Amino acid sequence: MTEEAVNLTLSVENLSHRYSAFTGVNSINFEMRRGEVLGLLGPNGAGKSTTMRMLTGNLAPSTGSVLICGVDLLKNPDTAKIHLGYLPEIPPLYQNMSVDEYLRLAATLHRVASHCLESAVIETRHHCGLDGRGRQIIGTLSKGFQQRVGIAQAIVHNPDVIILDEPTSGLDPNQIREVRHLIGALATHSSVIFSTHILSEVENVCDRVLIMHQGDIVFDRKMGDIHQQQIHLDAIFTDLTQKHENPEEQRQ
Amino acid sequence: MTGIILKKELHMLFVSPLAWILLTIIQVILTWTFLGRLDVFLEIQPQLLQIANPPGFTEIVITPVFALAAIVLLMITPLLSMRLLAEERRNHTLTLLISAPLSLADIVLGKFFSVMVFFGMVIVLLSTLSATLALGGTLDWGVLFSNVLGLLFVAASFSALGLYLSSLTSQPVIAALGTMGILLALWVIDLAAGNTNAWLRDLSLLRHFERFNQGVIDTFSVVYFILFIATFLILTIRHLDAERLHG
Repeated sequence: MTEEAVNLTLSVENLSHRYSAFTGVNSINFEMRRGEVLGLLGPNGAGKSTTMRMLTGNLAPSTGSVLICGVDLLKNPDTAKIHLGYLPEIPPLYQNMSVDEYLRLAATLHRVASHCLESAVIETRHHCGLDGRGRQIIGTLSKGFQQRVGIAQAIVHNPDVIILDEPTSGLDPNQIREVRHLIGALATHSSVIFSTHILSEVENVCDRVLIMHQGDIVFDRKMGDIHQQQIHLDAIFTDLTQKHENPEEQRQ
Repeated sequence: MTGIILKKELHMLFVSPLAWILLTIIQVILTWTFLGRLDVFLEIQPQLLQIANPPGFTEIVITPVFALAAIVLLMITPLLSMRLLAEERRNHTLTLLISAPLSLADIVLGKFFSVMVFFGMVIVLLSTLSATLALGGTLDWGVLFSNVLGLLFVAASFSALGLYLSSLTSQPVIAALGTMGILLALWVIDLAAGNTNAWLRDLSLLRHFERFNQGVIDTFSVVYFILFIATFLILTIRHLDAERLHG
């Protein structure tokens, strides 16, 4: 039981966010354990990015709480955010910094001690396939490499919870495969949440799938159960996210 | 944690040519004026000797040069302050700072102090230039000190306002134009002050700077500047916080 508590990295309770015109996320609950990879699926506008922004303190929830490694994100944001790594949909890159400068900045911002700084940067660069690019200016890198720098920025401080918003968008098939490997490797010591539109990606990488639709979690299963019950992710996704659409259209 | 942001901002400022070009232009303009005033002083010095209690070169050289310096700082503030938050927002890098274990106050103060370090350099250069006058005569160090203090206060007020306007938009140019407009208006608002609305005079940045420029450190002006700076820094923090709340 105690081991369970130690392994609990993220716990989300009754989390909602209401934008002025509509509800973005409607009272969702879920928990994550160390070593788990969670795939967040859903059509555009389902609330995936809103959820991720709330988990990382970029957006204040209307109700509910987020505990990261047992620390309340809303009450102690500074302590909680040390355990977090976040790659937003658009990577937050300073175009005129070199890769090393940028990673050093990201590490210092996340309070990596100065004597571990260099080794953390070198290690992360290696993990993300950025060896030999340390001195290159970020603005001159290709889209794929920029995306890798974005991921590197999220993991340089060895966070317990890693949140990646569409990490594979805009990458070529080889790069997508590399990112998948990377996510698998990260999961050995952290929890990873990532959102995507590619269903096969989820089947390959995730231990657990969560489908969101119109601000609600409509599906939450372990990958093992899905295989066991021979559920087709494709079919269930279409089923769950299209059946609600008609009343929505009528309302509009 | 403010230090990390300060260091990052200074790094970004001084790797671009902008800071160096601005420093050069300011230094050229101020030195040129300084030498011009010095010439005037040397020309009229014989006449000055005939007056009882003549004005020294502190009044004839330093006061006008510092008055001009204040205008120059007003002009370049928008160029420096516009990118502080507007550019971070446009490039989506603000997310990096907000997701990091930093408070919004750390971010805002770090950025504010980075501009102040730049202005500090301008003021140090100008003070050194003025102090060289001491080689050729007696300098009124009190007046020089009050001018330096006054210039620091106006520079800080300009930066605080610029930072706030930069937090409102994701278009650096809009932030720059807004800052320039409001600063100019606050600079000359005393012209609009008549007998009935004399309070307008108290709002004028120029009015308050003039006191320092003449060598008078007025508590009222000190309080005005401190309130001005604090107000805009707090408004900036509040605005970023509101954005986090409403999305």
